[in-house]
Amino acid sequence: MNKSPELTAPSPEGLRSAESSAVSVGRGRIGRILSRYGRQLGTVTGLLLLCGALTALTPYFLTISNLLNVVQQTAINAIIAAGMTFVIITAGIDLSVGSIVAFAGVVLGSALAGGHSAFFSVMAGLVVGLLCGAANGVLIAFGELPPFIVTLGTMSVARGAALVYTHGRPISGFSAGFRFLATGHVWRIPMPVLIMLAVYGVGHFLLSRTKLGRYTYAIGGNEQATRLSGVNVRLYKTLVYGISGLLSGLAAVILTARLDSAQPIAGIMYELDAIAATVIGGTSLMGGEGKMFGTLVGALIMGVLRDGLNLLNVSSYIQQIVIGSVIIIAVFLDITLKKTKT
Amino acid sequence: MRAPNPKIRLPLGSPILELRQLGKSFPGVKVLDGVDFELRRGEVHVLLGENGAGKSTLAKILSGACQKDSGEILLDGQPAEIRNPRHAWALGIGMIYQELNLAPNLTVAENIFLGREHTLVPGVISDRQMRTQAREILDGLRVPLDVRARLGTLGIAQQQMVEIAKALSLHARILIMDEPTSALTGQEIRELFATMRGLKERGVAIIYISHRLEELAEIGDRVTVLRDGHSVATRAVGEVEVSELIRLMVNRELQEQYPRRRTARGAELLRVEHLTQNGRLRDISFVLHRGEVLGLAGLLGSGRSRLARALFGAEPIDSGAIFLEGRPCRIDSPGQAIKLGIGFLAEDRRTDGLVLMLSLRENTSLPSLARFCRWGVVGRARERCASEQYRRQLRIRSQGIEQSVNLLSGGNQQKVVLSKWLCAQARLFIFDEPTRGIDVGAKVEIYEWMNQLTAAGSAILMISSDMPEILGMSDRVLTLCRGAITAELDAEEASQEAIMRGALGVGASPASFSAASPSVAGEKVRPDPDAPDRFNRAQHEQVP
Repeated sequence: MNKSPELTAPSPEGLRSAESSAVSVGRGRIGRILSRYGRQLGTVTGLLLLCGALTALTPYFLTISNLLNVVQQTAINAIIAAGMTFVIITAGIDLSVGSIVAFAGVVLGSALAGGHSAFFSVMAGLVVGLLCGAANGVLIAFGELPPFIVTLGTMSVARGAALVYTHGRPISGFSAGFRFLATGHVWRIPMPVLIMLAVYGVGHFLLSRTKLGRYTYAIGGNEQATRLSGVNVRLYKTLVYGISGLLSGLAAVILTARLDSAQPIAGIMYELDAIAATVIGGTSLMGGEGKMFGTLVGALIMGVLRDGLNLLNVSSYIQQIVIGSVIIIAVFLDITLKKTKT
Repeated sequence: MRAPNPKIRLPLGSPILELRQLGKSFPGVKVLDGVDFELRRGEVHVLLGENGAGKSTLAKILSGACQKDSGEILLDGQPAEIRNPRHAWALGIGMIYQELNLAPNLTVAENIFLGREHTLVPGVISDRQMRTQAREILDGLRVPLDVRARLGTLGIAQQQMVEIAKALSLHARILIMDEPTSALTGQEIRELFATMRGLKERGVAIIYISHRLEELAEIGDRVTVLRDGHSVATRAVGEVEVSELIRLMVNRELQEQYPRRRTARGAELLRVEHLTQNGRLRDISFVLHRGEVLGLAGLLGSGRSRLARALFGAEPIDSGAIFLEGRPCRIDSPGQAIKLGIGFLAEDRRTDGLVLMLSLRENTSLPSLARFCRWGVVGRARERCASEQYRRQLRIRSQGIEQSVNLLSGGNQQKVVLSKWLCAQARLFIFDEPTRGIDVGAKVEIYEWMNQLTAAGSAILMISSDMPEILGMSDRVLTLCRGAITAELDAEEASQEAIMRGALGVGASPASFSAASPSVAGEKVRPDPDAPDRFNRAQHEQVP
């Protein structure tokens, strides 16, 4: 293959000067930062307002132990939501995460119960998650089926598989070494929180610095143009759903270790919390937009809200109503703000 | 709604619709600029014109889909406003669209009466009455169709008949048909024409938009030629020759605004042999040399863009071979085409060329991102540097490389698309409508780049509906008609008439319609040596 000839800038006479008609911004540096991170700042403001309100309403909220508890409670949802962020940036959706948590959990639990090492069992759980996600991806990317339908189907399939695998019974009683993954502390930080931070660090790096991340945004922004730019769209879509499945497997590991039990009915409605965290965090369901940090804040908002409602003795029935409403309000605000901006 | 009374019939031939100096502008473009037109009862009046001559806009105004800016519409001699599609129906104007506007999941009868269902009590539909009436209308058209059949199970031709029946059920006196035969087979076209003759006898006037000149002779009574938004001439079909119509369609003054600097033709870069896609592209063979701009002309739907996409691996090929620098190669995906050094500037920048919400930098590097990556991690400094370089070279006016391309002007967006392929080190560029919708300054810059690229040994395949652009920029011109190459013209031979003749699939110099025939695939059509000079002034003639 010959290298393309060196090209020089054309200099036709009479062309208007590029600089003279350049559009000026006149907003300066702060404006630029606001325009790029504005959506994330909004989410953070929301979180701070929520925390402020809860601090005023109950003395139990702003304590070290409660805050640590909130973050720890948030970790599982935040990890699943990290994968969901990848999927939603491609303009897809993954409804099967909760069922994958259950299926990966029971495979992991039965491996432990069968006497396998903790390392092997954890790997088994992660691989099951990855394979389930990749299966979603293959059906969506190569089968050209709509993500909503595919993951709705695997949501039922994985749940059924978990029930069949355990005959509907939970598996309990694991070694302390395994349970360390959920109950242990390193430098006084709970293990789930550390794992969550690691996931977000890697996730942020993947999205912002790698080819995979770039293609994820490009596919969500304009799949057709991305394909016509020579990107193997099918491969990257499969990878993205694989990541979502893998992180669901990781969530299953922490959940199983925390409960000291693998349950085939675990993870019901987890997809709701993960989608909510992602969307509240500023990721557009239309695809092409979203940031890891936003999703983390979104997951924290969900966690703080649940914690606060518990502290305020709001019944769990009413909690569901509140949380559902918050999701709708967040999306409504996001869409209205976007409309007024353009 | 006016109820038609079959007993009172105005004599055939009296004018039913008149347009006087009709004008219509869209932001930045004057689409219609003084159109005079007269439609008589019981006639088929053909509208002829190049892409963008204003035929579809005229049809849209008459069917109420958009509003005129200036001029007058007279219906039965009375000034009329056509406010919206519903109002057009009420005035007796029916439109049969190119792509059918019917519900495939409903039955024939349900489609005919969609929105006007007969009800026994409000909300409860009387199926039987509807079916009986639908049957009557279809019988009147002599179309044997089961009114209970689901529309989706019928062929395109039959669906069209349902559209016509629907128009008649609304008492349409004027029917507008936009390229109704483009998807039909020979037999279906004959049936459609038989139906149209029946309609004529009932006094229905038909405005018929088509590119197919041979149909003009078969079904048309009169023909009006539109060019650049003007009505150029109206002729009786029996008294006009093909060559005159073609001249009327394309004759315009050419300005030398094309800075093409021809370079010596280099070695062969691309050779296409017998490329065929079932029913869509037929036995296409041509050669493209380094340093050459090869123009590809044809009307909408002639397969130009399809050919471009096939060469870029975005459309499947059934048979045929593609050679790059003499070596045969398989191109199954855009990724392979890019690796072989092909760049594709798609017709629609916004849907096929750019990811609008991403930045200049991210768009520029998209096809060649792997080059900037190590272990899948993007080397940001190198990427930024390359993107800056192309922004400077192409004089892209933006707030830097981090601005999203969404808000750039059309010309700057097109330059971003070009920067993608420069960055991917393409040497064969496919430009599909490279200057559509961009301002004059940016146009000249794009042409200047085409000069630069060919001077540096690249080759360009340029598709364009803009005839002056084809003539001004191409070193050679291929014309495409219904998926086959109909003519190959070098720069000296290429004239507006010769290109239009090729694009219409008309033979070299047919004296009249009887000799006009769709040309055979692969046949080389040489231009008429007696064809008038292409710098002839436009003649604005009007025949009363």
